[in-house]
Amino acid sequence: MPNPLAPRSTLGSLVLIAAVVGTTAAAFAYTAGWLSPNRLTPARFVAAFAPPGGPASGHRRNHAKGVCFTGFFEANGAGAALSKATVFTRGRYPVVGRFNLGTADPTVVDATVRVRGIGVQIKTPDGQEWRTAMIDAPFFPVATPQAFYALLVASAKKNDPAAMKDFAAAHPEIGNFGAWAKSAPFTESYAEERYNSLNSFVFTDPAGNDHVVRWSLIPAAQVVTLSAEELGKRAPNFLEDEIAQRVAGGPLHWAMAVTLAEPGDPTADPSKAWPEGRRTVEVGTLTADKVIAEPDGPCRDINYDPTILPTGIRTSDDPFPAARSAVYAVSFDRRTAEEGDYPHTAQEKQK
Amino acid sequence: MIAPLSRFTLPQRGLHWLMAACILAMLFIGVAMVSTVKPAHLTLVSLHKPLGIAILILAVLRIAVRLVSRAPGLPADLPAPMKLAASLSHYLLYALMIAMPLIGWGMVSAGGYPVVLLGGVRLPAILPQSDLLHAALWSAHQVLALAFFAVILLHVAAALFHGLIRRDGVFASMAP
Repeated sequence: MPNPLAPRSTLGSLVLIAAVVGTTAAAFAYTAGWLSPNRLTPARFVAAFAPPGGPASGHRRNHAKGVCFTGFFEANGAGAALSKATVFTRGRYPVVGRFNLGTADPTVVDATVRVRGIGVQIKTPDGQEWRTAMIDAPFFPVATPQAFYALLVASAKKNDPAAMKDFAAAHPEIGNFGAWAKSAPFTESYAEERYNSLNSFVFTDPAGNDHVVRWSLIPAAQVVTLSAEELGKRAPNFLEDEIAQRVAGGPLHWAMAVTLAEPGDPTADPSKAWPEGRRTVEVGTLTADKVIAEPDGPCRDINYDPTILPTGIRTSDDPFPAARSAVYAVSFDRRTAEEGDYPHTAQEKQK
Repeated sequence: MIAPLSRFTLPQRGLHWLMAACILAMLFIGVAMVSTVKPAHLTLVSLHKPLGIAILILAVLRIAVRLVSRAPGLPADLPAPMKLAASLSHYLLYALMIAMPLIGWGMVSAGGYPVVLLGGVRLPAILPQSDLLHAALWSAHQVLALAFFAVILLHVAAALFHGLIRRDGVFASMAP
């Protein structure tokens, strides 16, 4: 049979086919991380949050205890000069939020948790959405996601006192957070917390200029701090109970303050606060007027992924939002698959 | 003598190779984006979504073209099991090209996420928010992605088998 192709042995051809298929499969396996057991994958990160007994099925893998609220964000228009995002044009936009505690245990005693947080989802009529998850600490414990993973691993080694010492030696920035955790007073209410984005983001203004910013929610409520003794006497769920009672007496407010970085500020490192005196613009007020238990609340199924941003806000050189997005997605994928383990009503819970 | 096979039409060959590049890139982007916490994660996710929609559009176009243009037949002397395998694997490939983007879109919708493509283009949710749907579609997306890659490897191996060993014109019918 005449054949224009050069004669080739069948064996040689089979080897060639195996080589093409094998190389492609190997490249795929490498890309997927299957050949790199040390790669810091979102799944490994999520595993590091789990307490020794394993994660609480059906719940968020961190900030697992929380309560939903609804309300609105009322923009005063001042933010429109900083970002073209619709959410900053004067107006009132609906909010679904979540007060929460920085713990992997949804049954924890409230008083034992140092970090309190808030998740906020603001929707504007043009279909855009801004999700942000903030905490009450003034800076993050560590400078990079890799260091945070190392912190989780070190702090899980309860029987190895050298683990935390070694960690602190390698990541001295943890000292600031340690000092804050020891000395900052505990407030009596979610309503009295100041919540901080910690991560920086980029606002693009209508003229196309970029501004690197961080934002905070500053409570309108008067701050009442609790002594360690008073704190110890509070009921296990006092924060949830208190906020539900408080909102029944009238809506709760926070001013949203946007702080602008100046050249040279550590925009990529949330463990470093920016110097005092940076220009800060109050862009509006967050109001919570209804508190709803989480099991059947509107925040339950929201992943407060901080990279869900409206046009006019984008991520900066801060590496955390990307890592948070990747890790939160795994947490969300797991807990939605475990939906049945977290009953929607208190009645079901008792079964 | 094997009767010379006609080739696929130029639009069919063009669509095939364009989609081959898109789908392979898509599968590599997919496994890469879920395996890293680095900033590349966001870049890869922002490529994954519009590329998926592009593949969905191209797949619909391709099936339409295929229905109009027909395809060259397989060699008469190809053993029946191979003919069956060829036919089944092609149905499977077409099904995955359509299903994977829809499952991904549905999964994002059921997760309550906004469906945003590059440049801020927003697509509607195609499913209501639901934990059960999200979990089922997420599992399906993951399992079918691996199956898709496996079928593509088989497809490549078979194409090379036709081109290098059988030399029966099947490879040439789709060669660029």
